[in-house]
Amino acid sequence: MPIRKDKRERYVEVEVSGPREPLWVRCEACGELIFKRKLQENQYVCPRCGAYFFLSARERIAALTDPETFREFPPPQIPEDPLGFADQVPYRERLARARQETGLGEALVAGEARLAGYPLTLAVLDFRFIGGSMGVAVGEALYLAQAHAARARTPFVFVVSSGGARVQEGVLALLQMVKVVAGRELLAQEGVPYIAVLTYPSTGGVLASLGSLADVTLAEEGALIGFAGPRVIEQTTGERLPPGFQTARFALEHGLVDQVVPRAQLREELARLLRVLAEEP
Amino acid sequence: MNEEERLKVLEEKAAELRRLAEQDGLDLGAELAVLERKIAELRRKLYAELSPWARVQLARRPDRPSGLPFVQALCEAFFELRGDRVVGDDPALRGGLARLAGNRLVLLFHHRGSTPEEQRASRFGMASAQGYWKAKRLMEVAARLRLPLLTLINTPGAYPGVQAEAHNVAGAIAACIWAMLRHPAPTVAVILGEGGSGGAVALAAADRVLMLENATYSVISPEGAASILWKDAKVAPKAAEALRLTAHELYALGVVDEVIPEPMGGAHADFAATVEAVREAVLRHLGELSRLPLDELLRARYKRYRHVGAQGPGA
Repeated sequence: MPIRKDKRERYVEVEVSGPREPLWVRCEACGELIFKRKLQENQYVCPRCGAYFFLSARERIAALTDPETFREFPPPQIPEDPLGFADQVPYRERLARARQETGLGEALVAGEARLAGYPLTLAVLDFRFIGGSMGVAVGEALYLAQAHAARARTPFVFVVSSGGARVQEGVLALLQMVKVVAGRELLAQEGVPYIAVLTYPSTGGVLASLGSLADVTLAEEGALIGFAGPRVIEQTTGERLPPGFQTARFALEHGLVDQVVPRAQLREELARLLRVLAEEP
Repeated sequence: MNEEERLKVLEEKAAELRRLAEQDGLDLGAELAVLERKIAELRRKLYAELSPWARVQLARRPDRPSGLPFVQALCEAFFELRGDRVVGDDPALRGGLARLAGNRLVLLFHHRGSTPEEQRASRFGMASAQGYWKAKRLMEVAARLRLPLLTLINTPGAYPGVQAEAHNVAGAIAACIWAMLRHPAPTVAVILGEGGSGGAVALAAADRVLMLENATYSVISPEGAASILWKDAKVAPKAAEALRLTAHELYALGVVDEVIPEPMGGAHADFAATVEAVREAVLRHLGELSRLPLDELLRARYKRYRHVGAQGPGA
């Protein structure tokens, strides 16, 4: 496994034969030309160098759940753009663009499913949607997913991939940190387990709220886990970052997570965990 | 000439009149009264129309009333509790047991420091992991003793550093939020200066959230937003506007319960009056909250945060 760089390695699509959907991609980390279907089968980990690429929420759900078992919750009804925010681009336009690019309504996909036969409630952030950031709609969906898990008494699994609170929603986004912890309290009151899976990246307000309050915390190999991003730390403090800073390994060594799990084994590890955690064996 | 310059000219004229009156024993009372009325009016107008960016500057003033001197003036008695019991003690986030108008409570506050040494030690009020782990410990003390919690917030944000990460500052902030939500007694948060991001919200999941008139509360600093979204740190004043970080705007959004007016010119212009205004507001809210049965108090607190952002303005 290569030591992760500050910036995520990416792959680029390679046109070989005309205007068709490209069949090949190139790993930016090692230069390897990979057959696209092979990359999908390998859950977006470079088969040659082991670099981790982003996994969309839908692909993550497909990789973790038993076939045909995922039932998605309807998205919460939330008024959009509460501040009427515009920077260089109006926020509404950013939202529209993210929706078009990802095919998702928001940065979180949640629903109920089974994993190795065990029922669970699953919430997955998608980094491609405005950095997986948490605004009011994401906070609301996370609250509702936990409320569902508490009611149904099924373990709650939260897969984090987020830059933090959504700047374009201001303090209302910041206060979603409190809302999702209120949801977390519902699980605690019902004695329902909560498992967090921290992936690349798990930072800011999502880590400093629900992301840090699980009963069991797994870090995906290749994760970046930290409150402040590496660049912010360097710029603010002038400190030199130690090698491997904020990696899954760093988190494990500093006692922040229970296990580091390679992506290919995540489903298996969750199954092993549910075997000891689920109310019914 | 803009209004600020006009104000300066008027103030100079008034000072000159006073000097003349004193030197020559002239009776200039009538003229002075007119001038002073004009000055007061202009000042009121100026401060009512402060831009969000101007308020950011006021909130960040090093002489802004906050920290230990504020606590000592606010309470009859304060006994500081130190240390997170694991790693160390953080001078940027302090707390202890206090008596306020006869009431026992636990107090948590950011301390930015007034001397250069103090400011360096407390990193201008940026608390690290041990600060937030200590805050969580003190919240637990308060919970065991069923004491109300009062937090006084003034921080640019939690400290972004290697040690902070190694000691799980994110987990400490999350733990504070959870502890405040569960707290089995009334909780009041007052934002005195800067309410910077996660470092502020860790102490702000309260039954009542009050803000001084020129305090700010934001998901990110205007400079941070400017450099991330505009790719230009110079547009921070514009970002300050877009973020809706002022007390009045947050009151309109329904996330702040009361805006505490500041003395003319800003809180730093009159330390004692600021302390008194905060004291009056805090006691009033604590009094209201302490009359509620605990289950009702907790239900109202959960309801408030469960719905935050999901309702329209003024919710």
